[in-house]
Amino acid sequence: MLHTFVALVENKPGVLTRVASLFRRLNINITSLTVGESERSGVSRMTIVAEAAVDRAHRIMASLYKLENVLEVDDVGRHSAVVRELAIVKVAAGPKTRAHLFELAKVFHARIVDLAPESLMLEITGGASKIEGLVQVLVESDYQILEMARTGRMAMRRGQHTSRVLDALREVPATSESTLAGKPKHMALGKVATEDHA
Amino acid sequence: MNTSDNANHADLAIYSHPTRLTGAETLWATLVGEGVRDVFGYPGGAILPAYDALRKFPLRHILVRHEQGAAHMADGYARASGRVGVAVSTSGPGATNMVTGIANAMMDSIPMVCITGQVSSAVLGTDAFQEVDITGITLPITKHNYLIHRAEDIAPALREAFLIAKSGRPGPVLIDITKNAQQASAIFDFAAAAPAAYRPHPMLRADANSIRDAAELLRTAKRPVILAGHGILQSNAMEQVRALAERMQIPVACTLLGLGGFPASHPLNLGMMGMHGESWVNQAIQQSDLLIACGMRFDDRVTGSLATYALQAKKIHIEIDPSEIGKNVPVDVALIGDLKEVLEVLLPALPKIKSSEWLQSIDAMKGDAAVRDIQNLPDDGHLYAAHVMHDLWHATGGNAIIATDVGQHQMWEAQYYKHEHPRTLITSGGLGTMGFALPAAIGAKIACPDKEVWVIAGDGGFQMTSPELATIAQEKIKVNIAVINNGYLGMVRQWQERFYDKNYECTPLLSPDFVKLADAHSIAGVTARKRPEGVAAIESARKHDGAFLIDFRVEQEDSVYPMVPAGAALHEMIRRPKSDPPKTNQRRNPLVETASDV
Ligand SMILES: Cc1ncc(C[n+]2csc(CCOP(=O)(O)OP(=O)(O)O)c2C)c(N)n1
Ligand SMILES: [Mg+2]
Repeated sequence: MLHTFVALVENKPGVLTRVASLFRRLNINITSLTVGESERSGVSRMTIVAEAAVDRAHRIMASLYKLENVLEVDDVGRHSAVVRELAIVKVAAGPKTRAHLFELAKVFHARIVDLAPESLMLEITGGASKIEGLVQVLVESDYQILEMARTGRMAMRRGQHTSRVLDALREVPATSESTLAGKPKHMALGKVATEDHA
Repeated sequence: MNTSDNANHADLAIYSHPTRLTGAETLWATLVGEGVRDVFGYPGGAILPAYDALRKFPLRHILVRHEQGAAHMADGYARASGRVGVAVSTSGPGATNMVTGIANAMMDSIPMVCITGQVSSAVLGTDAFQEVDITGITLPITKHNYLIHRAEDIAPALREAFLIAKSGRPGPVLIDITKNAQQASAIFDFAAAAPAAYRPHPMLRADANSIRDAAELLRTAKRPVILAGHGILQSNAMEQVRALAERMQIPVACTLLGLGGFPASHPLNLGMMGMHGESWVNQAIQQSDLLIACGMRFDDRVTGSLATYALQAKKIHIEIDPSEIGKNVPVDVALIGDLKEVLEVLLPALPKIKSSEWLQSIDAMKGDAAVRDIQNLPDDGHLYAAHVMHDLWHATGGNAIIATDVGQHQMWEAQYYKHEHPRTLITSGGLGTMGFALPAAIGAKIACPDKEVWVIAGDGGFQMTSPELATIAQEKIKVNIAVINNGYLGMVRQWQERFYDKNYECTPLLSPDFVKLADAHSIAGVTARKRPEGVAAIESARKHDGAFLIDFRVEQEDSVYPMVPAGAALHEMIRRPKSDPPKTNQRRNPLVETASDV
């Protein structure tokens, strides 16, 4: 099955390699992995989508936590979550065939973000199935897809849930920026851990 | 040699008053501050600034002959003492030479800090002379690693490295320090460099419900077995495991790395489980209705085929690493936390039990095994490795620290040297690294100078790191060395005998005369070809002031029994033939003279 994990990690060189290398070691193929800033400086947010047997989620999470730079992991696939992906698709289309594409864009809530004499570019955001739906229609309507780029999924749980780590970090004022920003992390996590697991 | 006697003692004031130091000085000052007294290493260009400053600090540096040896020594040091071992090397080949030793420590969860020099940061990534991406190479075989290129980052990184190495499930941490970081200077503030408390793994869980479930399983079990692993030593839970066993009269089976965690002479001790475990141990596990796994990870060498492993047994898994839960064997109750702490909570919830039929039925299983035991073979003029182990155990009262290599001799040691105390067996379990024994024993002796330390190595593995004999000579280290010389890569030969139609391809060894090799290092030694010679040699070694080597010319084509073939069910053991005939008429290694030739 497809698992979706959100990992909050220290924003440092090599952290992406550590995470990616872990999946390689577990012989699990990563379907998509997106990294970007989170709401907290020094902490990046990764959404990792990977194909693995149902019962492997526990071990994947437990192994991710063994990486010293990983602050929090959430198996969002198990919860109600907003999952979004962005795709941009360049389609071959001249003046005569454009009109139909405009219609398609409307139906799919996609936007035309570039128009050239022989092509146009669609931008679409949504769940994977929506994007795949658009692609399928394009292909079945004999449009030629010249290029496509997808970001891979980003996910966030619905409702009140926020990451425990970030909550705790807010309570502990960050000390002056050390390059080994381990300190606030450890303090915060120690606190969280006592609350949740003592 | 830098001993604390001739070193110019570091000024204690640097620990109370922030002081400007070079990165090189900071490195050693931090080690000293962390309580390190001994380091194992080998210099080279990229670590030279550090070596230049070494003499100012009260550290003993043991100059090794190969960096793999440095890593194994730090490993043996840690295993013997429970303290973090430290190994140092230069960049490039020095660093890659340590890789085997680091992987070995990772597989067995050994707390160790490895320090490597690195090319200057200005040329990082340019394939500069002796540049190698050691943090990349060691990423999957370290618990964590760092690339440090500024002097001010050295102390915080090192201090965090020590914490990480020994916290939670221990493991090796590597710190790669660029040459310019060693040369630059920064304010050394030891206290400010202290790491925050270690982040416990967020998935630790031994709550009241799981404790209650575990207690319930224990109360109702008829045929329980405790599986005692390395975690007992790591967590210092000897007493608690013993209390659990005694309270409920539960027999204890040990993994290879768990040996010594439960006294061998204890009436509830079954012995070693797994591929070369005694038959009654494996049978007890297969018949059990409850396994209590204490700090062990159901490795394939202890379970045999998973499809047939302990099918009637419920499983309680007490383990500090959540990623081990359910990895190989599904468990009924997982108590995820430090073994000692978990047991302290669990114990009061358990009733006292006086006697058990289960123990009697296990005793009955032992009877048959005893007649097959090689120990009961008469001394027929042949020298059996198992007899050597027994004699060594007898002579040392089971109190020595034994570092073994990997192969048949390792299994015979595990079977016949009865370990009463924790940290007296030092052996490479997870990685199975030949060449481990000699350097690991050196590390153990440095850590525990008052202990009697023995190396037990095969003729094959001994040659992988035998240059460390020179380290022994230079550093005047008293270790006794037993080479179990069977003329073969014995364990591989045993597999060839069983599973490859006796095609002894590339397993006969032509070895140097080990006694002469020792002599070349001014190390005393004798050859033993018969059992009484062996006994006498052991006594000579123990009485001798310096290191001593015994070349035991043992039976060449002896095999380790019982043996669970790889992938077979744990109870499908190949047993030792009832009366093992002397091997003289069998085909022998054509390269070597044998005991009966002389
Ligand atoms: C570095 C390394 N290479 C290869 C092996 C595979 N191996 C396992 S046991 C063994 C034979 C060991 O021979 P020896 O040291 O003579 O010990 P014996 O089995 O004869 O007691 C070999 C080659 C290994 N474990 N480690
Ligand atoms: Mg051999």
